[in-house]
Amino acid sequence: MGRFSALEWPVFRQLRSGDHLGRGPAVASAKTRATQSRNATADRVVQSICPYCAVGCGQRVYVKDEKVVQIEGDPDSPVSRGRLCPKGAASEQLVNAPGRQYDVLYRAPRATEWQKLDRDTAIDMIAERFVRSRRNTWQETDDEGRILRRTMGIASLGGATLDNEENYLIKKLFTAAGAIQIENQARI
Amino acid sequence: MANADCIVLQGGNMAEAHPVGFQWVAEAKARGAKVIHVDPRFTRTSAVADKHVAIRAGSDVALLGALINHVLSNELWFKDYVVAYTNAATLVGEDFQDTEDLGGLFSGFDPETGTYDSSSWAYAHAHPDEHQPHQGGAPGDALGSGGPPLQHAEVERDETLQHPRTVFQILKRHYSRYTPEMVQEVCGISPADFDYLARAVTENSGRERTTCFAYATGWTQHTLGAQFIRTAAVLQLLLGNVGRPGGGIMALRGHASIQGSTDIPTLFNLLPGYLPMPMAGNHDNLQDYLASVGTKQQKGFWANSDSYFVSLMKAYFGDAATAENDWYFDRLPRMTGAHGTYETAMSMLADEVEGYFVLGQNPAVGSANGKLQREGMRHLKWMVVRDLSLIESATWWKDSPEVESGEVRTEDIETEVFFMPAATHVEKAGSFTQTQRMLQWRHQAVQPPGQCQSEMDFFFELGRRIRGLVAASDDERDRPLLDMTWDYPVDDEGNPDPESVLREINGYRTTDTGERELLSSYTELAADGSTSSGCWIYTGVFADDQNKAARRTPHGGPGVSQSQWGWAWPSDRRILYNRASADPDGKPWSDRKKYVWWDESEQKWVGDDVPDFPVDRAPHSRPDPAVGGPAALAGDDPFIMQSDGKGWLFAPKGLVDGPLPTHYEAQESPVRNGLYPQQQSPARLIYPRQDNLSAPSAGTPGAGIYPFVFTTYRLTEHHTAGGMSRWLPYLSELQPEMFCEVSPQLAAERGLVNEGWATIVSPRAVIEARVLVTERMKPLTVGGRIVHQVGLPYHWGVGNHALVTGDSANDLIGVTLDPNVQIQESKVASCDVIAGRRPRGRAADALLASYNERAGVTVHTDNQRVTDVREEDVDDE
Repeated sequence: MGRFSALEWPVFRQLRSGDHLGRGPAVASAKTRATQSRNATADRVVQSICPYCAVGCGQRVYVKDEKVVQIEGDPDSPVSRGRLCPKGAASEQLVNAPGRQYDVLYRAPRATEWQKLDRDTAIDMIAERFVRSRRNTWQETDDEGRILRRTMGIASLGGATLDNEENYLIKKLFTAAGAIQIENQARI
Repeated sequence: MANADCIVLQGGNMAEAHPVGFQWVAEAKARGAKVIHVDPRFTRTSAVADKHVAIRAGSDVALLGALINHVLSNELWFKDYVVAYTNAATLVGEDFQDTEDLGGLFSGFDPETGTYDSSSWAYAHAHPDEHQPHQGGAPGDALGSGGPPLQHAEVERDETLQHPRTVFQILKRHYSRYTPEMVQEVCGISPADFDYLARAVTENSGRERTTCFAYATGWTQHTLGAQFIRTAAVLQLLLGNVGRPGGGIMALRGHASIQGSTDIPTLFNLLPGYLPMPMAGNHDNLQDYLASVGTKQQKGFWANSDSYFVSLMKAYFGDAATAENDWYFDRLPRMTGAHGTYETAMSMLADEVEGYFVLGQNPAVGSANGKLQREGMRHLKWMVVRDLSLIESATWWKDSPEVESGEVRTEDIETEVFFMPAATHVEKAGSFTQTQRMLQWRHQAVQPPGQCQSEMDFFFELGRRIRGLVAASDDERDRPLLDMTWDYPVDDEGNPDPESVLREINGYRTTDTGERELLSSYTELAADGSTSSGCWIYTGVFADDQNKAARRTPHGGPGVSQSQWGWAWPSDRRILYNRASADPDGKPWSDRKKYVWWDESEQKWVGDDVPDFPVDRAPHSRPDPAVGGPAALAGDDPFIMQSDGKGWLFAPKGLVDGPLPTHYEAQESPVRNGLYPQQQSPARLIYPRQDNLSAPSAGTPGAGIYPFVFTTYRLTEHHTAGGMSRWLPYLSELQPEMFCEVSPQLAAERGLVNEGWATIVSPRAVIEARVLVTERMKPLTVGGRIVHQVGLPYHWGVGNHALVTGDSANDLIGVTLDPNVQIQESKVASCDVIAGRRPRGRAADALLASYNERAGVTVHTDNQRVTDVREEDVDDE
């Protein structure tokens, strides 16, 4: 702390700074004055859309050193005009959540714990199981000889949180594979 | 919504569940609009509304039906609009019988199968001598967005609306007993509150003013959810509030791309653009299939279903889809019934499902009858969970309630589980479609960390490897996998370019010289194989090789429709059916509500939006209906996707549970149906199983054992089953614990203490929650007795990984579905509430068993399709 100065009395600060109601710079602490917003020091800002409900609020994603440091509302959006709700405002924590998983995990039959698995190996294993289950459960025709050309042995649930382009590829792949039990939150 | 003069929020809690969207309601209110909230609970939405009307959960059709009756009886309907733009004047065939005639059933019901044959609901034919093909009960899940096809557009009309078989007169009779007194009896709403609502809605409709409705899952999650929305649609059509600024019925959807995942469906019954998946027996060849979507003889744009379908097959299978093989139709898989997520869970229990992908969803917590869901997973051979964190659907094999209670042992569970870490919304580029059909592109901010990967990269790679495994196969069944186009341009990491997928969705025309040109409108699609489109309603999103979903002009630019931001399907129209915003002569109904109109000098439709109409079709144009398709649309047929060009007050076809919305009680209800002997919707989908029991309804023995109504809801700080919120420190701190909302009266009756514990029992499960005693829950007097309602948020689940965990409300809920859409009834069910924490382990099962024994619950409880009217009422208070 420096020497006490009467000029630092709050009422003088209010008068001096023009912040007459004492709601702005007049009441900022030295620490606050020395702090710079992480938005100001970000390397770039990327426009995005909130991932929670379907209102579709605009987001601005602040990136520093290839890490997301903050996500805020996009004032340009005619939908949201810069606002976000508590979920959208917390979405930086969705990206950097303490419990987020970064590894592929595998649980073997009857196992009591996970084991880590290389992603490439996991996708190979899933592809192999997909083809085998499809073969095991293939239905070419029904009892009356009508075409079915499907498997009822593979199902999927999810899509309402995914992108249109992703849903498109999933639906296309499953349809070509004859796997028709594909569903998402819209049914719920 | 900001343009509305009155907003009725019903079946949702917009201020808390869609807070940022709610600013437009606040904006309308600031401009003088009246806002009314109809909901079982008093919420923050009610707090800022002009009026909160407390309603008994599940009784909305009775209230809305009474509004319809009020509008019809008091001559408050918008005559010019109704006569010109709806099917009010259309005559229905002589065989139709109403619920008034049949004790709550319509003609055509088969009690054995629980289904309707809708042929008696059909319009009368203008030329009765001609052969009228049989119109059987088309499955609701096989219909497109524009409703079912009609064989023709030549209907009989009586513009005076006096003929007893006009839709108008049928409507009048159907709702004649839906009175304010009945509303009080059924919904617990006073005549004064009804009068307030009726006045607000009717005084704010007409030429000068418009009223808007908005709903969420409070309307959809019922055994007659589609009919809840239909009732509002009938009312809005009668008041002339469709296709006009400040009008409409807004679906407040709950997930970033839940609209997109319906348009480009990850759903069993649809192909992209609301084309149905083929059904064995109904669609055994391409001609039958296309005729079921839209005939060439009907009016409107569904008559071009062949162009949409052929273009989709060209996008999916490229050169392998040819005229000779019916554009690949025969190789598509076929449905044989409903194969929704609940049927799939039951198939798992029958060991018919080997593999299961769970993609950003958490069925162990978020689907009805959670125990049944988790048990289904134990029967799988393998499962892939793709999410950001270890959600309960990934870890159920070691920390589910069943493992905790000792009912099952981890060491006995055979299921292999793969957990694949997903990319967040900022770690990939792509488009979401929000609740008003607008696509908004997200730019990628950073690369996914660690082994995290987007669904696009994962499924592209999985598809590549599956194709590799069958590459040498000469088995016919593998042809579609090999013929499928899967040649997207990739980056250095081998990942596909998301914009190349959006281009494929938009579609191309292949010229004679083999050049591919991006299309700009679905009207350019052809049925001859020269065009492709992965989703016809999205054609135009990449017109002129510009990603229009990525448009970001601040505030959407200067225009009224703010259309320089994102892109809305179809054809960038912001208000659907906007031809109805002008009168039959093509002039705005009023200066105040001016939107799209006919410009005499230019001889075309102009205005503030892209006209949703053939742009040069003059208002008084009357083409021969026999020409079919868009060419047959008259200048006053604003509903261009409907097969007769009119808004349907009465649905002659398409809905499987009735042509007019009718009040039925929920699957479980402590109240007898006050309007008909028939208690529940006869066509609801029931699943009588030991693991899916129902509480006895009023009038049957044991009804007093589960005396209270519970309803479920969302909180601002959490998202669905919690996968995107219970792992976040801020949100978990804001809403840390599962709770139940009860009224002071119920608290006194059951000895519940605020902040104490309550145990909630339904025939499916026993859960516990902290108690919130609040006057926001109001006991209602219904049918001469007090009905208590209990509110339950549904975000928590039992597991070891989330920052906050708790019992899941979905464990209480049974699986009984709406037959049109297979959505479960999770907004109303019966329960008991007792003070204190729930018993642990096997003791919880014992408590449940004793309740069900006392209530006499069996698999048959509530599962009769037609209520036995001879049965004596049992008073079991």
